[in-house]
Amino acid sequence: MKRILILAIALLSLSLGGLATAQQNTLDSIKEAGKIVVGVKTDYPPWGMRDSDGNIVGMEIDMARDIADRLGVELELIPVVASNRMEFLEQGKIDLLLATMSDTPERREVVGIVEPNYYASGINVLAPKQLGLSEWEELRGKPVCGIQGAWYNKMVSEKFGAEPVTFTGVPEVEQALMAGRCAAWLYDDSAFVTRLQDQEKWSDFEMPLKTTDFAPWGIAVPLAEREGSYGQYISEVITDWHKAGTLVELESKWGIPPTDWLAEQHQQFADQ
Amino acid sequence: MDAVWEWFAWLNEAYGIKLTIFYDDYDRRRFFNGLWHTVALSGICIVLSLLIGVVGAWLQGSHLTWTRRLVQGYIQCFRNTPPLVQLYFFYFGVSALLPTVETDWGGQAPLLDSFQWAVVSLSFFAGAFNVEIFRAGMEAVPRATVEAAEALGYTRLQIYRHVVLPLALRFCWPALTSNMVNLLKTTTLAYAIAVPELLYVSNQIWSDEFNVPEMMNVLLVVYLLLVGVLVWAMHRWERAMRVPGFGH
Repeated sequence: MKRILILAIALLSLSLGGLATAQQNTLDSIKEAGKIVVGVKTDYPPWGMRDSDGNIVGMEIDMARDIADRLGVELELIPVVASNRMEFLEQGKIDLLLATMSDTPERREVVGIVEPNYYASGINVLAPKQLGLSEWEELRGKPVCGIQGAWYNKMVSEKFGAEPVTFTGVPEVEQALMAGRCAAWLYDDSAFVTRLQDQEKWSDFEMPLKTTDFAPWGIAVPLAEREGSYGQYISEVITDWHKAGTLVELESKWGIPPTDWLAEQHQQFADQ
Repeated sequence: MDAVWEWFAWLNEAYGIKLTIFYDDYDRRRFFNGLWHTVALSGICIVLSLLIGVVGAWLQGSHLTWTRRLVQGYIQCFRNTPPLVQLYFFYFGVSALLPTVETDWGGQAPLLDSFQWAVVSLSFFAGAFNVEIFRAGMEAVPRATVEAAEALGYTRLQIYRHVVLPLALRFCWPALTSNMVNLLKTTTLAYAIAVPELLYVSNQIWSDEFNVPEMMNVLLVVYLLLVGVLVWAMHRWERAMRVPGFGH
């Protein structure tokens, strides 16, 4: 027993010590390798999804491709989910994280979220029309489906008393919602807007609540490189997108209802 | 108790080791709720899978061809498919075919919730192995012993209950212990169908608190302890059941 304990403690200190990883310049290693590895979503249409041939496509994939083209390197896409995306970046499995991630102060301590932001969304629920929800408070005591790793699961549970039932992926959540395992699905309003356009599948559902906790989305580089040349480079690319209106164009290309936030950003940067 | 919680808060402030499960009320509640679900899920599945094993091994020796074939089919199905696939099959597949019930929030929910499906699925999974383990134990019982019981006028059920099963149990105990340890560890798969067990709640906590390395270590230590307790109990039981001259 004593030996097992010592072993456990040794493992504990080993893995905690492993936190401090070596620093390097990712921009150089990307150019050296001739490719940039970007972590993207594949379950978030139309930002990141698979087409009928299984290729990853979407608005964020177009953005990633633009970055790769500007660098003159090849693009490699790695599918990530909300609950593992930051670890992928921390461990160097990906060079860049471009995966519908909301920019929060807590996340800024873990990964290097580059300014400016490139999109913004709030949170809402998708619920059966027959439930007739109208207030967030009405979620109290009801099971609410969600995605593991979303920052607002805890917030909605603490603030409104909802009981989160979370799954690893979107298909599981959709299945659970359709089967009636939860009263509503808590997610980004942007994801629901495009879903509700699909009348066939979602005609019995609505987005009944007032969108709350509007948060901008950020592209992330490894934390140590936010202020370095790599972070600077990505920052310039995003600024360029806002100036040229690239993001507004992509938004309409992918059939996303235009957001005021993006139009304002375009205006602001174009005026500068 | 508050002093202990405060010590962990200090540990975070002083050394950045962020064990929110001890000083954050919300995290502590969900972590211990998760621990409780893991213990309950393991306990119920162990009992049910043992029952399935005992009954299955008995039916395997049946004179009816179709009974034997059914048991064999069950074993092959559950032993040769991954437990995660079985969980999904039950939770998303079978569940859709069953009637729904009215929920207290005014919706229609499936008959069984995720915890109940996990119990069903994991019990059948471990039970399939238990049938084979018991069969191996029964085959180790000397033929002469069974014949002696038959000569004394015992029926097949009586032989099974009073002679074969008690001896078989002692022969197969080590294999049974391994399977139960495996079952306890397999309960982590239930996180995939949103059963709030340890891995599931830990995943929630590290997503919210960004303390992945700390929670990974907590998980490792907790499972080491849980399996340790299980193995210790099984060994105690084995020694208590020892019949001099049988087994080892």
